[in-house]
Amino acid sequence: MTNLLYSEIEEDLRGGVRRVLDDRCPWTGVLAGLEKDEPYDADLWRAVAVQLGCAGLPVPDERGGAGASWRETAVVMEELGRAVAPVPFLSSAVLATAALLAAGDAGADLLAELAAGEKIAVVAVPFSTAPKGPLGTSVRVEDGALTGAVTGVADGAAADVLLVPAPGGLYAVDAADARRTPVTSLDMTRRLCDIALAEAPARRVAEGEAAVRAALTAGAAMLASEQLGLADRCLESTVEYLKTRYQFGRPVGSYQGLKHRLADLWTAVAQARAVARYAAACLASGDPDTDVAVAIAQAHCSAVAVKAAEECVQMHGGIGFTWEHPAHLYLKRAKSSAIALGTPDRHRAALAGLVDLPPA
Amino acid sequence: MSSAPPDADDLRERVRSFLTDHDPSGMERLAFLRARFDAGLAWVHYPPGLGGLGAPRALQPVVDAEFAAAGAPRNDPERNGIGLGMAAPTILAYGTEEQKRRFLRPLWTGEEIWCQLFSEPGAGSDLAALGTRAVRDGDHWIVNGQKVWTSMAHEARWAILVTRTDPDVPKHRGMTYFICDMTAPGVEVRPLRQITGEAEFNEVFLTDVRIPDEHRLGEVGEGWRVATTTLMNERVAIGGNAVPREGGMIGVVARLWRDRPELRTPGLHDALLRLWVEAEAARLTGERLRQQLAAGAPGPEGSAAKLAFARLNQEISGLELELLGEDGLRYDDWTMRRPTEVDFTRRSPGYRYLRAKGNSIEGGTSEILRNIIAERVLGLPGEIRVDKDVAWKDLPK
Repeated sequence: MTNLLYSEIEEDLRGGVRRVLDDRCPWTGVLAGLEKDEPYDADLWRAVAVQLGCAGLPVPDERGGAGASWRETAVVMEELGRAVAPVPFLSSAVLATAALLAAGDAGADLLAELAAGEKIAVVAVPFSTAPKGPLGTSVRVEDGALTGAVTGVADGAAADVLLVPAPGGLYAVDAADARRTPVTSLDMTRRLCDIALAEAPARRVAEGEAAVRAALTAGAAMLASEQLGLADRCLESTVEYLKTRYQFGRPVGSYQGLKHRLADLWTAVAQARAVARYAAACLASGDPDTDVAVAIAQAHCSAVAVKAAEECVQMHGGIGFTWEHPAHLYLKRAKSSAIALGTPDRHRAALAGLVDLPPA
Repeated sequence: MSSAPPDADDLRERVRSFLTDHDPSGMERLAFLRARFDAGLAWVHYPPGLGGLGAPRALQPVVDAEFAAAGAPRNDPERNGIGLGMAAPTILAYGTEEQKRRFLRPLWTGEEIWCQLFSEPGAGSDLAALGTRAVRDGDHWIVNGQKVWTSMAHEARWAILVTRTDPDVPKHRGMTYFICDMTAPGVEVRPLRQITGEAEFNEVFLTDVRIPDEHRLGEVGEGWRVATTTLMNERVAIGGNAVPREGGMIGVVARLWRDRPELRTPGLHDALLRLWVEAEAARLTGERLRQQLAAGAPGPEGSAAKLAFARLNQEISGLELELLGEDGLRYDDWTMRRPTEVDFTRRSPGYRYLRAKGNSIEGGTSEILRNIIAERVLGLPGEIRVDKDVAWKDLPK
C-alpha cells in the first residue's frame, strides 16, 4: 500500500517553509496586499521559489530541478495554504511545471527557468477547468501566432509566460504580447485575469492535449494539499480562540454545541490528510489509480476546506465577520479553491465513470 | 531470555522448527495450540513463559502467516474477542504471577471464553457511576448487581467485572476489579433481544455471587485504573485490518447499483457517489492510522475512525434500503437467534440498516467520542463535573 505518512525530509522541508512564511507572510501583510495593485508578493515568491528552492521540487536534476517529487511539493502546498500565501506557486510551480514536464524538449529551457524560480508561467485556462473537463478556449493558430481570448486565468497577471492550449497543442506566449485585464476576484490572494491574444507570436512546446491534462491533474492533486493546510489552520485558530473567549462565565470552547462540531471538523481534516497524501503519492509515482485518487481528493478536500473556513467565521462570532480578522482570507480562498480545477460535483461525476458507477 | 528480542527471521525459524516437532495434521487441535503457546509463538509480544517471546507486536503477522501456510489449527480469535483483546492485556498488566499462569493459556487457546461485566442499566457512558456492590466476607467477596450488553456471556467461562466496593467516596475511587466465574452460583444470564430481532448480548444478574479474593485484579479501590487499561485496549482492538477499496458496506451498495440499472435515480446517484468518496476517505484514513502504528507513532485518529465508521455504515445502509425500493420493505428473519459474531454481509439490507444503529452506541457513543476528541486531542475544556467531589452514594440516580 502507498505510503501515506510524511518522511523526515518532508518534515524538515515543512519546517523551513513555515519559518519563512511566519517571518515574511503574516496575515496582516496578506490583508494589506488585497488592496495593492501588485498581483502577488514578489519578495515572498523569491524566498519560497528561489532561496528555498521549492519551485523545482518535482523537476529532475537533469532538467534543472531539485530532483524531489510531488510528495514534497504537496508539503509546500500545505504550508502555503496555511498562510493563504499570495504567490503563484500552484500556477507556475505546479500547473505550468507539470505541463512542461509532460512536454518535449521544446519546453526544456522554460522548464529549467521555472524550476529555478527565474520565470513565472501559467497555463492559460479558466481556473475552474476540471482535469477532464472542456478547456473553454476559443484561441486559434494562424501562421504561428495566436488569436483569441481566455477568461479567469489564475495568476495570469503575475506571469512572464503564458502556456496557451490551442488547436494542435500547447503554445508558449510572452505575457507582454497579450492583453491582460485584471479581474476583481473573490480571492484576491490568487487573482484572476482575462487574457486577449491578437496575433501574438507563439512557440509550440507540446503537441496534443496531454500536457494540459497532466497540468490540470497535477494541479488538482496539489490543490488538495493546499486545502488541507488551509483547513488545518482554520481548525487550529478556531480552537485557540475558543479556549480564550469567555461568555456566560465559561470558555466558549467548553460548550458541547461547539466542541462536537470541532471534533467532527478534526475528523474531516484527518481524513483530508489521508486522501491528499494518497493523491500526492499516486501522482509522484505515476500510479494507475491517480485519476481516481485526484477525484477523491478534490471531492473531499474542497468540501473540508470550505467547511473549516465557514466554521472559523461562525465560531469567531462578530469578530470573524470583520475585515480586520483573517477569517475572511481563508473563507475566500477556500470557496474559490473549491470551484478551481473542478467543483466537487464535477469530480464526483468523473469518478462515476472511473469506478463504474454510471448515472441513472 | 537475556538476548535481544527475536526479529522476523528468528521467528520464522522458530515456527518452522516447532512445526517439524509438531505436525499439525498428526496432532489433536487443542494439544497443538497448547504446545504453540508453550513455545512462545501464541502472541509473540507477550513475555516468555506466557505465550510470547518479548518480540515486537508488529511481528505477530509473520508468525500467524507461517502457521496459516502450514495449515495449522487456529485458536478462533473471533470467538473470544473480549478475552484476547481486553481481558488478556489487563491480566498481563495487573495480574499476579499465579493469575497470569492460570488464565492466559486457556484464554489464548480458546478453551475458556471470556466476557465483560462493565456496563449497567444505570451506568452506560458514565461507566464510573456503576453500582454493582462487592462486600468483603473474609477471604471472599459477595457480589450483587446487574450488568448489561454482555456479549458471549452465555458461552463464557470467565468474566472481567468492575464493582463498587466503597460507596462513601467519589465514584472513581471506590471501585474494585475482579475475575468472575460465570459458572458460580448466583450468576444468571438472560438474552437481551435487540432491534434486529436477534440477541447478540445478554443481561447478567449477580445475586450473592462469591468471588475469592485471589480473583481480584489490582488493589481494592483501584478498579477504575484497571478498567481504563481494559478500555484503552478496546480502542486498539477496534482499529481493525487493512480493507480493500469497496471492502466495506459501500461495496454491497456499489454492486447493487451496477447489477440493477432499473433502481437508479439521479438523486440516489449523487448520494451514492458522495458516500463512495466518504468511504474511501475513511478507508485511507484507517490505512494511514495503521501505517502510523507500524511506524511506532500511533496517532489519535482511532476515535475519528470509529466515529466515521458508525456514520458511514448508517448512511450507506439507509441508502441501500431506499435504492431497493419495494424490496427494501422486506426483512429476512425476526426469529430470536444467538449469533456469536456480527456479519453484515450475510443478512438482509434491513438487518444491516438496523444493526448499524448500534455502531454509534457500542464501544463509546459518538457523542462521547466527540467529547474525547475535543478534550484530549484539541485540548478544549472538559465538561462541568457536578459529581467529582460527591460520594457515590449521594449521587442522584
